[in-house]
Amino acid sequence: MIIVEYEAKNLLKARGLPIPHGLIADSPEEARRAAMHIGGNVVVKAQVPVGGRMKAGGIRFANSPDEAAAAASILLGMNLRGFIVERVLIEQKLTIITELFIGATYDAAARSALLLTSAQGGIEIESVGTVGRIHFSTAYDGLPAYVAREAAASLGIRGRAFQQLSSLIKQVGDAFIDLDALLLECNPVVLDDHERWWVADVHFELDDDALYRQKSLIESSPFSAALANNRTAFENRAIEIDQADHRGVAGRLIPFDGNIGLLIGGGGASLTTMDAVLDAGLKPANYCEIGGNPSVWKIKELTKLILEQPQVDRLVVIMNVVSNTRVDLVARGVIKGILELGRDPSTVISAFRIPGSWEDEGYKLLDHYGVRYFGREMTIEQVIESIV
Amino acid sequence: MTILADAMTRILVQGITGREAATFTAESIAYGAQIVAGVTPGKGGITIHGVPVYDTVQAAVSAHPVDASVISVPPQFALDAACEALANGVKLLVVVTERMPRRDVVTMLETAARAQARVVGPNTLGVISPGQTRVGMAGGSAHAVRRAYSPGNVGVVSRSGGMMTEVANLLTQAGIGQSTCVSIGGDPIVGSTILDLLPVYEADPDTHAIVMFSEPGGIMEERLAAAVKKHKPRLPIIAFVAGRFADRMQGVRFGHAGAIVQGMQGSPAAKIAVMRDSGIIVANKLYEIPDLVREALLRR
Repeated sequence: MIIVEYEAKNLLKARGLPIPHGLIADSPEEARRAAMHIGGNVVVKAQVPVGGRMKAGGIRFANSPDEAAAAASILLGMNLRGFIVERVLIEQKLTIITELFIGATYDAAARSALLLTSAQGGIEIESVGTVGRIHFSTAYDGLPAYVAREAAASLGIRGRAFQQLSSLIKQVGDAFIDLDALLLECNPVVLDDHERWWVADVHFELDDDALYRQKSLIESSPFSAALANNRTAFENRAIEIDQADHRGVAGRLIPFDGNIGLLIGGGGASLTTMDAVLDAGLKPANYCEIGGNPSVWKIKELTKLILEQPQVDRLVVIMNVVSNTRVDLVARGVIKGILELGRDPSTVISAFRIPGSWEDEGYKLLDHYGVRYFGREMTIEQVIESIV
Repeated sequence: MTILADAMTRILVQGITGREAATFTAESIAYGAQIVAGVTPGKGGITIHGVPVYDTVQAAVSAHPVDASVISVPPQFALDAACEALANGVKLLVVVTERMPRRDVVTMLETAARAQARVVGPNTLGVISPGQTRVGMAGGSAHAVRRAYSPGNVGVVSRSGGMMTEVANLLTQAGIGQSTCVSIGGDPIVGSTILDLLPVYEADPDTHAIVMFSEPGGIMEERLAAAVKKHKPRLPIIAFVAGRFADRMQGVRFGHAGAIVQGMQGSPAAKIAVMRDSGIIVANKLYEIPDLVREALLRR
């Protein structure tokens, strides 16, 4: 999940990184008071979990509390790349002498953590000419101090500013490791007219697989957590069904607007099925991934959830040759769900293709209800092509 | 011959008393795998499906030399379990654990590289050398593995564990057997990519072609294409890329954690284009794979 700027800055500030003085506001009036409190020129920044806010018009400058209030009233409620702005950060405007890019991420090809630096800060890293790339080990508690010094030296910084920048880079690397970030971008890192460095903007992506050991981080970032949990009722119900029963995975349900409901899995087979459905000119009502060995109840509830969307008139049930999932339990769940909706499985199900464990028992049940099914001798695409 | 594992490979299972691990241990033995020992801290002294259980890897390997370890422990313990196996000289780790934090994965792979050991996974279903052994849980019961997989000369490499069985089944149905099938894992960072496995397959005289199942995300296929162009491998590669539709839905993760398209990076269309340009054969549909494999084998 993405931790929005002001919450990411709070985390970094608590670790000793230099963060400009800032206050949050949910209304123009609050923005005015914040600007008055900070004093002087300020920046008003939309707090949404997306990059490129400057380009999208999500960052504005104000020379007075009135201007800050006006900027906030433009930003609040604005749609910024799919997110409605609910909160702005009012921050002291820095006098910029030098702008740098300092970031850390993982390099999949090298299978290593990677420190990124550039003497051209303030713009998107993709458009920067020269980027310094230093791989570093994640086996220690933090970034080795010498690596931070080498990075600072490579940026051509000297003297007192060198020492301060080295320690800032080390703190960025340490935070990246300690906070289980997948990406931590400080861009720009600014040197002001008093020879002081500041982290002026932060982009922080947290590793969702490390949430179990980052509980306090989540607790101190409630705004970001709420944004990450902002889903449709359809998606929420799918998660509810998944969590009500530990057996199997109901996966991620993503709604589309077509008429064909998809009860599909696992990961790779769902991708293959979606391609086949779209290639055949059919319109999917949803994406989903079932996996593991889900209970009859779970499959039944998912079937009902998918079929209860008003535009859905039929259902396709497809998985790869399964080993862990039981074909008969999926068949039972699907049929039960359709019957509970008072509909006829033989007309609602266009195709059932799950070969594998307990398939004979599953096929017997499908035969009983007159459902059209396919075995392992047909690939996923052949099944889809046959129902067009 | 096979790669990575054969009938002689002696296997350790870490986390053997877990429900899933106990099941795949029994089924792997029924398939012919030599599972010689298991480890679960605190359960030392018991046996499970005839396999002795130890508290530590050290105790297990001093009683039973092992060639490979299957790591099937919860994600918070996976890094430690891997380091324990590496410290005790195990040279092949098959990490079936899902949802390991990225930092732990990278630390594990760094430690393995120092120990000159190979890691398959994390988030893999394992390795199958048909008719000989299975390291991990791919394919399910011994009966199901026998039905979908058959011995032969085609290597299978898959980013999806489920689709590895689907592809093996497709080949088996067409009378084409497999040398060794590797589920490399669905995470963005894994220990063995197709690029790492290619030279291993190249060195196996009994592998005559490779079939690869790919997904959106990452740059593994792009790097493979560059390597194929440069080194002109002996083996023909027949690839299939699922998730072409994801190109239209940037930034949304479908399927495995690694399957995300960001900008041009990870785009299935871009992967297909560079692979075709390098001479890799890309199937448009799964059902084209058996014929493409046969044609490639005839051209050898």
